[in-house]
Amino acid sequence: MASLHDYLLVSGLLFAIGLAGVVLRRNIIVMFMCLELMLSAANLTLVAFSRFNGMNGLPDYNGQMLVFFVITVAAAEVSVGLAIIVALYRARQTIHTDDLNSLKG
Amino acid sequence: MPLALFWFFAAVMLIGGLAVVSLRNPVASALSMVASFVGLAGLFIGLNAFFVGIIQILVYAGAIMVLFIFIIMLLDLKTEEKRAPKLAPALGGLGIVLAFTIQLIGVLSQTPNKSHEPLDLVAASASMAGRSEGIASKLKAGHLPDVNLIGDTLFNGYNFPLQIIGVLLLVSTIGVVVLSKRQAA
Repeated sequence: MASLHDYLLVSGLLFAIGLAGVVLRRNIIVMFMCLELMLSAANLTLVAFSRFNGMNGLPDYNGQMLVFFVITVAAAEVSVGLAIIVALYRARQTIHTDDLNSLKG
Repeated sequence: MPLALFWFFAAVMLIGGLAVVSLRNPVASALSMVASFVGLAGLFIGLNAFFVGIIQILVYAGAIMVLFIFIIMLLDLKTEEKRAPKLAPALGGLGIVLAFTIQLIGVLSQTPNKSHEPLDLVAASASMAGRSEGIASKLKAGHLPDVNLIGDTLFNGYNFPLQIIGVLLLVSTIGVVVLSKRQAA
């Protein structure tokens, strides 16, 4: 049986992979996917703590409620973000972050 | 969940995540993200969170992924041309990630570990007896009525946040329509 540390380690590694993607990749859509990976890693931590810190023999469902809300907010965030990317592509014909430097002084 | 199964799903999840970061083609990244989320859903189900696992598949691997792939196809993105990577930002980013990983090991060495114990469904049944007969009887029969318990917590304990999240979804729908409307030239 996997212990709490195993789950926390795996979710921390997934978060690190997502962070590396956001920092290293220059394609906005891929950066967005890596943000989703980081949110999911946080969800795994929440579910693991909810399962291992049970109350009255049940998992702590308050933690899973937070996961539910995180997933909903992530869905809203993705829809708005992708709409912004489409608008950006119409204006600039690129989604490469190195080409988006008009705010640079 | 047996240890072998845990490591299998964890490996699927982590390899999928690595593929998202390392593949050059955005469509390949999106598809490896599906693999990553399927592994994650397996881990959720191993943690007795059946509802969250199914939601993970339906919402992420289903809806959100279709949105991503739709946008990639709509913008007709080709595989990124090889650009000379800037060394300083890349090294700085990798340094941050490395520092995070080292910190993770430090935090884990100080957190008390817990082993995986089976749920005590009979005690849970006794504590739920006053609140819901249906849930209590299912618990007594040895099943974990995960969706019933989630619904009970969501609608009794988190009713107001649920309404707020509904408003948030409505606002984001309107926002998407406004954002993607073609401006009159």
